Amino acid sequence: MLKTIYLDNSATTPVAPEVLEAMLPYFRTDYGNASSLHALGQTARRAIERAREEIAATLGASPGEIVFTSGATEADNLAIKGLAWTEKQKRHVITSRVEHPAVLRTCEWLESQGYDVTFLDVDAAGRVDPEELAAALRDDTFLVTIMAGNNEIGTLQPIERIGALCRERGVTFHTDAVQAYGKVPIPVHAVDLLSASAHKLHGPKGVGFLYVRDGTKLLPLVHGGGHEGGRRSGTENTPGIVGFAKAAALAFGELASTPKRMRGFRDRLIDAITQIPSTRLNGHRTESLPHIANFSFQAIEGESLVMRLDEHGIATSTGSACSSPDLEPSHVLLAIGVPLSMAHGSLRVSTGRQTTSEEIDALLEVLPTVVEELRAISPFKVGDARCTPTE
Amino acid sequence: MYTDRVIDHFRHPHNMGRLAEYSAIGKVGNIVCGDVMWLYIKVEKDAQGRETIADISWETFGCTAAIATSSMVSALAKGKTLDEAIAITNRDVAQELGGLPPVKMHCSALAADALNEAIYAYLSAAGREIPPALVRRHERIQKEMAAIEKRYEAFLKKDEAQAAEGPKEDACA
Repeated sequence: MLKTIYLDNSATTPVAPEVLEAMLPYFRTDYGNASSLHALGQTARRAIERAREEIAATLGASPGEIVFTSGATEADNLAIKGLAWTEKQKRHVITSRVEHPAVLRTCEWLESQGYDVTFLDVDAAGRVDPEELAAALRDDTFLVTIMAGNNEIGTLQPIERIGALCRERGVTFHTDAVQAYGKVPIPVHAVDLLSASAHKLHGPKGVGFLYVRDGTKLLPLVHGGGHEGGRRSGTENTPGIVGFAKAAALAFGELASTPKRMRGFRDRLIDAITQIPSTRLNGHRTESLPHIANFSFQAIEGESLVMRLDEHGIATSTGSACSSPDLEPSHVLLAIGVPLSMAHGSLRVSTGRQTTSEEIDALLEVLPTVVEELRAISPFKVGDARCTPTE
Repeated sequence: MYTDRVIDHFRHPHNMGRLAEYSAIGKVGNIVCGDVMWLYIKVEKDAQGRETIADISWETFGCTAAIATSSMVSALAKGKTLDEAIAITNRDVAQELGGLPPVKMHCSALAADALNEAIYAYLSAAGREIPPALVRRHERIQKEMAAIEKRYEAFLKKDEAQAAEGPKEDACA
């Protein structure tokens, strides 16, 4: 078995050794419930509050503004539903067509409950137009939720501008920053609510947070013992929270170096892969997260491509219909106007802290051959945009 | 999620490509839903004078399951008489592969449909009588393909419009 070249870091990342090290005591020796009065409990409490301070510091926030959750999906749900439930009069929410399902499905659920949701279109690179957003704001808009950076194509949204527009109109602004947190600077001053997740930055799975700007009222999704200031009940996941803080500290400590290296890999991937005939970059060349690059290859199907690369020990992902449970191609690729004939043949390559230059070389060496092999067994011939089969 | 047999056929597909000489093609699937299968057959009489599938090949745009089922249906049909080949069903294809994930079962139907359509095309080009069961399946397959075209009409129009304009210069690329 050859060593896996892991280029699917926007799905999840390996836990950093330092993170695991930091977590272990809270499984083995300092296992107390942070709500308990005894010394073990108080040790756990101190660890959680220290972690909260460290995470708050990465955002320039105060510790009381951080609510730990089971992950970013819960944080998104808490932000959107929690805010909607405090609203007595206003019924309108604005989001975009390229959001993560954790936001899209939640907004659709609100719709089913009688709320009004506007799904903004995006441009060919996947960006929301702030002018369009401004025009969509209504007197009864209470929430705008737009992601910081896209999880499939990496495109960054004009968060600062959107935040300013919302502030002017007194509308709460939430951003899903799962992919952006620890990768690019986030203008937190423009944001009221922000979701993030530990496992995307070499922390453990099962822990996330919602940043809640002071003064933003939310109703809880989870009722119980009144943990997290009554905003999220349930015994705190001490090892997970400690691990998250450690992972965040590592990521922010190297904010000037690691993302730059990732950006270099992305540029190399784009330069080399777009040389393969009938191939396109999905997303923006520069206005993007440093670690995600997405391509489409004409006349081949993405799942086959991922499986072939996997045979070579390279882990990637695709937005093809065949890889999704509902057999529909990626909503993000369709939203940016990728033709269906190309949307099925997409490949997402995402790097992590551990990614090496040699691993990028290995992918670039194998990929053209794999693409050629799959094109050889396809009835479609590359070249024409419709990708019409030829006899 | 896939059985070893599926992975084996995906990695080492049988009868792939296009026959230099063929009697008929069966074309099924649609690019909009991500699976297109073209099956080529060469029909010849065997020593007993029965029409058989002397050679078979395929070209497939699709996922792992689509490629594996293409390979399997070609392996099952090769050397069979037309009557025997007509009797091959999607269940046979899936079973021979040790099963498919539920969401991928349509891929095995697509493979059996391609074989059906190739034999139908062969018989109708030769002006021969076509068994009623084959006609019924042909009509069902055509109806399903028309339904997909209709369902994705807007997408197809967009693709065609883009094709007419030529490849769009992306702001980003």
